Amino acid sequence: MSENQTQPARRFSTTQEEMPKQLAEVRVQNFEEVALGYTADLAMSEARRCLNCKKPLCVTGCPVENDIPAFLSCVVRGDFETGIQILKKTNCLPAVSGRVCPQEEQCEGVCVLHKKGAPVAIGRIERFLADWEAAQGAPKLPEKCEPTGRKVAVVGSGPAGLTVAGDLVLLGHEVTVFEALHELGGVLVYGIPEFRLPKAIVRREVEYLQSLGVKLVRDFVVGKTRSLDSLLETYDAIFIGAGAGLPWFLDVPGKNLIGVYSANEYLTRLNLMKGYRFPTMPTPIVPHHRVAVVGGGNVAMDCARSALRLGAETHIVYRRSKAELPARAEEVENAEEEGVIFDFLTLPTRILGNDQGIVIGLECVRMQLGEPDASGRRTPEPIAGSEFILDADAVICALGNSPNPLIPATTPDLAVGRKGNIVADEATGQTSKARVWAGGDVVTGAATVILAMGAGRKAARSIHEYLSSLG
Amino acid sequence: MFLIHEARMIVPNLHQITVEAPEVARSWRPGQFVVVRAEPEGERIPLSVADLDTKSGTITFVFLNVGYTTNRLASLEAGEFLPTVVGPLGNPLQLEPVKSVLLVGGCYGMGSLYPFAKAYHELGSEVIVVSEARSSFLLYWQERYRKLTSQVFCITRDGSLGLRGHVKQMEKIFEKHGTPELMIANGCNHLLQTACATVQPFGIRSLVSLNTIMIDGTGMCGVCRVTVGGETKFACVDGPYFDGQAVDWEELTLRRKSYLYQETLSTFSSSSCNHHLPARSA
Ligand SMILES: Cc1cc2nc3c(=O)[nH]c(=O)nc-3n(C[C@H](O)[C@H](O)[C@H](O)COP(=O)(O)OP(=O)(O)OC[C@H]3O[C@@H](n4cnc5c(N)ncnc54)[C@H](O)[C@@H]3O)c2cc1C
Ligand SMILES: Cc1cc2nc3c(=O)[nH]c(=O)nc-3n(C[C@H](O)[C@H](O)[C@H](O)COP(=O)(O)OP(=O)(O)OC[C@H]3O[C@@H](n4cnc5c(N)ncnc54)[C@H](O)[C@@H]3O)c2cc1C
Ligand code: SF4
Ligand code: FES
Repeated sequence: MSENQTQPARRFSTTQEEMPKQLAEVRVQNFEEVALGYTADLAMSEARRCLNCKKPLCVTGCPVENDIPAFLSCVVRGDFETGIQILKKTNCLPAVSGRVCPQEEQCEGVCVLHKKGAPVAIGRIERFLADWEAAQGAPKLPEKCEPTGRKVAVVGSGPAGLTVAGDLVLLGHEVTVFEALHELGGVLVYGIPEFRLPKAIVRREVEYLQSLGVKLVRDFVVGKTRSLDSLLETYDAIFIGAGAGLPWFLDVPGKNLIGVYSANEYLTRLNLMKGYRFPTMPTPIVPHHRVAVVGGGNVAMDCARSALRLGAETHIVYRRSKAELPARAEEVENAEEEGVIFDFLTLPTRILGNDQGIVIGLECVRMQLGEPDASGRRTPEPIAGSEFILDADAVICALGNSPNPLIPATTPDLAVGRKGNIVADEATGQTSKARVWAGGDVVTGAATVILAMGAGRKAARSIHEYLSSLG
Repeated sequence: MFLIHEARMIVPNLHQITVEAPEVARSWRPGQFVVVRAEPEGERIPLSVADLDTKSGTITFVFLNVGYTTNRLASLEAGEFLPTVVGPLGNPLQLEPVKSVLLVGGCYGMGSLYPFAKAYHELGSEVIVVSEARSSFLLYWQERYRKLTSQVFCITRDGSLGLRGHVKQMEKIFEKHGTPELMIANGCNHLLQTACATVQPFGIRSLVSLNTIMIDGTGMCGVCRVTVGGETKFACVDGPYFDGQAVDWEELTLRRKSYLYQETLSTFSSSSCNHHLPARSA
């Protein structure tokens, strides 16, 4: 590539530029963002590590195929404006994905520098570009196509729904987003805590959509306030991005004791309702003394680190070992630094309560890893006689979620899978019902922000094709 | 934003608000509830719908001023707005003609049962209304019920009107007027539990609106879980009405008190006088 000649010499360093973050002992006292982000200098220096491979593996690792080498070379040149524009061609929420993507399993996981020490810190650079753009003031509004007169309803305002809305409004369609809650953003506002994803970022994205002309309707539960069929009378097409919001609980004795929460309840009280500011904010959250969080994903890390910030000694109880933790590597590291105690190879068997029905402990059994199963993962097995009691006054179940049955229950001709997920074509998002598309967690079950966004993109394309075919 | 058409106190500490929510009014069926917020950044609380007018697109709820949010609600006036009125949530009851239906209400339940009285009246069922209150001055809407049925009874704790005592006095009504086929009850959990225990020997089918803590009201958080017939249910999406004879009342009562300390704190923190703050519980 000819432009390379004008670039400063590449630095084949085996180590990444560290991203500044709040010190562990300081950040456990507040709910502000932990990672502070690269400065322009750090971003440029890190981008310079990119080898500009002929066949960039990172792009194949990215679920939305961001043109990573292209925006990295812009950063090297200090041309952040072009960089962010390249990024936004494939990724409409870079400030979010740069913060929450499991990069180690995606772009960075396959980066060739990975084997030589450390991959290019792509996520951090992505985040830098997005934050740089935000700091330049209100974004330039892109050109919108002529109004088509076609109307689209989007159900749910998570990353999937927001993506569909953004794409279709630019193509000239009239888009209305219906959200069950009183805030827009889906898991980004009710689930992921402020210290990992500041709500101001989500608000900015939502305001941007509004400035493009997307209509936003809060406090509207599709399937309850109005059925899907009734919406189809007004709208030409519907996209369902209702997420996977139905929490799973531990199926052990004591599961309904006071102090047993779903991760959704705990995080909703904290993030959506801002319970960490109780009683300034009216929704309460109990500051427990000793909290056991069951699970090992991002949701578990978020609960544990939140409980810690409310002053509790916090344990993560996980039935497999550290290597199998499904959470983002960076968050596991952060949790460890902050003092979350990990009880690996530990399976809860019973929740103990006092005569007031309040949790006093979690009975567990130690596990060992057995033979690998069909998927290659070694199945944990209980060690006989290893039962013990973990003292705790709260147990948070971060075991997973499945899609909420509200919409399928009131839409008989919408095909759903065994786990309640809406069945949709992988390439187009089309469902079994005419004029209805779906994508994101409601189709895949709990997954990731970037996959939800990618699914939204594909569905938007297919919806546009359909609407265009109407003439 | 939802415009308040009317707001007033009907009897001491019980208030009635009529708010414009046309989408909710259009879809609502008896048995369903709404979640409201009283102020921006306010807490979400569930309320039953006591009346509605599809023409003006308004719904009315009756509520007891018990804590922080209901206190905020009580302070609102016509012309002001509620930031959230979302619903209808929960399941409508399948209303089928029965020979006679008994409606038992206390406190706000006296209002919440009114739509059932109308619906069963239209179905041609005999409607029996029993209202329970501490004293006669806390009874309301009795004349509304009388327009639909002649069987309107009240029980007051102090005996100032009707039968004296608690809802258990219903036995006397059954002795005199025969036993109804179905009971629908709404009010505090204690009233519901006592009503269920009272009708149990008579074999009356019991449907009660369980009073749990709720946040989203859409099945997302699970705070509203109750045990009915040995199974865990979410009151907001599986209810709010359940077979009262199968409810685990002890668990429900304990869970309803989960936030007692915080509720007291927030109630008094909204008062200008700090002397009411309770001591921190363990
Ligand atoms: C605590 C937590 C931490 C996470 N951390 C990460 C992470 O670090 N990285 C990552 O990539 N992913 C993470 N995830 C997963 C990620 O957030 C989800 O995969 C993603 O948000 C899914 O997007 P979505 O648009 O499909 O649905 P959601 O974000 O779930 O949004 C769905 C929206 O639809 C609304 N809705 C539902 N039903 C209705 C209805 N009937 N009518 C109207 N509206 C309705 C819901 O209220 C919600 O707002 C995390 C998830 C959680 C819970
Ligand atoms: C499906 C459903 C429908 C409901 N419908 C109505 C309704 O139509 N009208 C209505 O007034 N309430 C209704 N409730 C109850 C209502 O949601 C609560 O009263 C409300 O959440 C109280 O909020 P608060 O912030 O004012 O008080 P909180 O601060 O939450 O509570 C203050 C104190 O009052 C106690 N308390 C709470 N509720 C009651 C009660 N009902 N009676 C006596 N003491 C109580 C609490 O334990 C606490 O000590 C309903 C509940 C459910 C689940
Ligand atoms: S969107 Fe996620 S996977 Fe794709 S390049 Fe960015 S950080 Fe990597
Ligand atoms: S109120 Fe949250 S699940 Fe019922």
